[in-house]
Amino acid sequence: MTALIDVENLTLKFRTDEGLITAVDNVSFSLGTGEVMGLVGESGSGKSVTAKALMHLNAKNAVYTPESKITLHTENGPVDVLSLRTPRELNIVRGGAVSMIFQEPMASFAPAISIGKQMVEQLLLHGDYTKEQAKRWSIEMLDRVGISDAAKRFDQYAFELSGGMRQRAMIAMALSTQPKLLIADEPTTALDVTIQAQVIDLMKDLVEEFHMGIVFITHDLGVVAQTADKVNVMYLGRMIEEGPVRDVIRNSKHPYTQGLLAALPKLDDLDSPLTPVPGDIPSPLERPSGCVFHTRCSQMVGDVCKTVEPRERDIDASHKVACHIYEKVPA
Amino acid sequence: MSDVLIRAKGLSVGFPIGGGLFSKQILKAVDNVSLDIEKGSFFGLVGESGSGKTTLGRALLKAAPITAGGAHYSDGEVDYDLENITRDQLKDYRKRAQLIFQDPYAALSPRMTVRDIIAEPLEVMGLTRNRQETDARVREIAAKCRLNLEHLRRFPHAFSGGQRQRISIARALVSAPKFIVADESVAALDVSIQADVLNLLKQIQSEMGLTFMFISHDLSVVAHTCDHLAVMYLGRLVETAPTRKLFAAPRHPYTKALFSAIPSLDPDDRGTAQKLTGEIPSPTNQPSGCKFHTRCPFAIDHCKQVEPQLESDGTGHEVSCHRWKELMAPVAA
Repeated sequence: MTALIDVENLTLKFRTDEGLITAVDNVSFSLGTGEVMGLVGESGSGKSVTAKALMHLNAKNAVYTPESKITLHTENGPVDVLSLRTPRELNIVRGGAVSMIFQEPMASFAPAISIGKQMVEQLLLHGDYTKEQAKRWSIEMLDRVGISDAAKRFDQYAFELSGGMRQRAMIAMALSTQPKLLIADEPTTALDVTIQAQVIDLMKDLVEEFHMGIVFITHDLGVVAQTADKVNVMYLGRMIEEGPVRDVIRNSKHPYTQGLLAALPKLDDLDSPLTPVPGDIPSPLERPSGCVFHTRCSQMVGDVCKTVEPRERDIDASHKVACHIYEKVPA
Repeated sequence: MSDVLIRAKGLSVGFPIGGGLFSKQILKAVDNVSLDIEKGSFFGLVGESGSGKTTLGRALLKAAPITAGGAHYSDGEVDYDLENITRDQLKDYRKRAQLIFQDPYAALSPRMTVRDIIAEPLEVMGLTRNRQETDARVREIAAKCRLNLEHLRRFPHAFSGGQRQRISIARALVSAPKFIVADESVAALDVSIQADVLNLLKQIQSEMGLTFMFISHDLSVVAHTCDHLAVMYLGRLVETAPTRKLFAAPRHPYTKALFSAIPSLDPDDRGTAQKLTGEIPSPTNQPSGCKFHTRCPFAIDHCKQVEPQLESDGTGHEVSCHRWKELMAPVAA
């Protein structure tokens, strides 16, 4: 496994009429080739914004602090993603070395252009293909993701495909440029469980075959358990817990992660009541002081939670948590 | 039985599609469905998208056209046959049967205050005599749904998803209905909030003696909330049973496949489940015989020709599959 992307001290704010809104607050992580990282959190936790930052894809009103650094390791050496400016430079991270799959496949395909034309277009943009080669490769990719009759589907439009089929086509398109890093933003949320299971299987096969890194964004811990090697849990723009998938799910340390797991309906125990995480995620305009989670936390250790921002502590070599409960653990 | 609130008998809903003036094709969204919803129960309806669960829910609210068969509503005060209900009866039925939608962002008008949103059904149905009475009723319901007075003055955009869903619930409850169809009411919410809304629905149901039809594609959610489940596939009921029975021993291959498709929380339990191949066929071009035979790993020739009927075993567990008995039998070593 070689290093693929390093994110250091990523802090990202949006300039709005109501002032600067912090969306991502001092987040660091790294990912290697062939590794799948689950990025978990509620809506508003900043997971999508973090992922978009990897492609430098956030809106114009996004402000990155000078300490924020994203380094993508490509065959031609490291690339400082946040310093890319011109469209030609940005091509490297937008569809070149990095591809993205979105949640709603119907919204990601242009409705009036055939699937095939859209696939060929991006190949011509990113690779050394003739039109004929691009077409052949696109059909091959459609076939590879399990779309039957790929040559016929190539000429069809997004509305002619079912939801699961569309998501497969989306995956085929994202992978056809052979990216090193794939960002999957809730790729199975809009799908039925049966189709979700198929898409998850497909993605696992593709990781092995293409040996790329995947950032898998989801709010479903079950999906994470089934796909990811390591997990990062986010809350209000902060990374609150990270570690190997087994540690985070079986031995979660942060009260928020524990709360998320307790809120999940479990099939093997129908009698246990559902325990919601109390309250709602605060508005980003009213970020709580101290630990961002203290307004909903049931395990506060004292006033320190309201006033001091917890630092990230090592539980062991790979499992980290940011919570005052673990204050005795050396930082 | 007097404790049945809604009894559907051979209920079908069809929509005319495409074709010319003389060659109308009928899309059967719900096909010959019979079920009983007992008073005070939490009845779950599950299936993939395209299985007809939303249409069935709407037909029971008389919001989708019933093309064959019928449904009988009886709450002890009134008795209505939904297939030929009169205008006046329908007006009354609207107060008694309500719907909670899936997407709390789309269901609330952005230009009305929360108070107006909740009060609207009262005003439209003429349930209160004056503004004081309306306000009192709105406050009472809002408190039940854990919204405070401060919230009532604001507009929906100021609320989070969970709060908005509580507003939608308050609006559905304000006319004091007896029957509520909750259509994917927690699907758009985060897990942490989802549990909260589910608990609220359960609490309201027992406090107000309501009957719920809970439509969902998420089996783990229905398992925790519903006492009775019906599984739909391509407009047909394929299995119905009390929740515990269904989860303890599912009989239909489709139900089993739905269960095994739920992603396990155990990272070491990957890919062991039996996966369903293919997708739900288009309702305009339905398979012959058993609708599920195109995806069923156990289909035999008989399944392709003869459509199975729901058969009961006398304990309230009904299944429509030709082979369920042999498939349940322990495999000989």
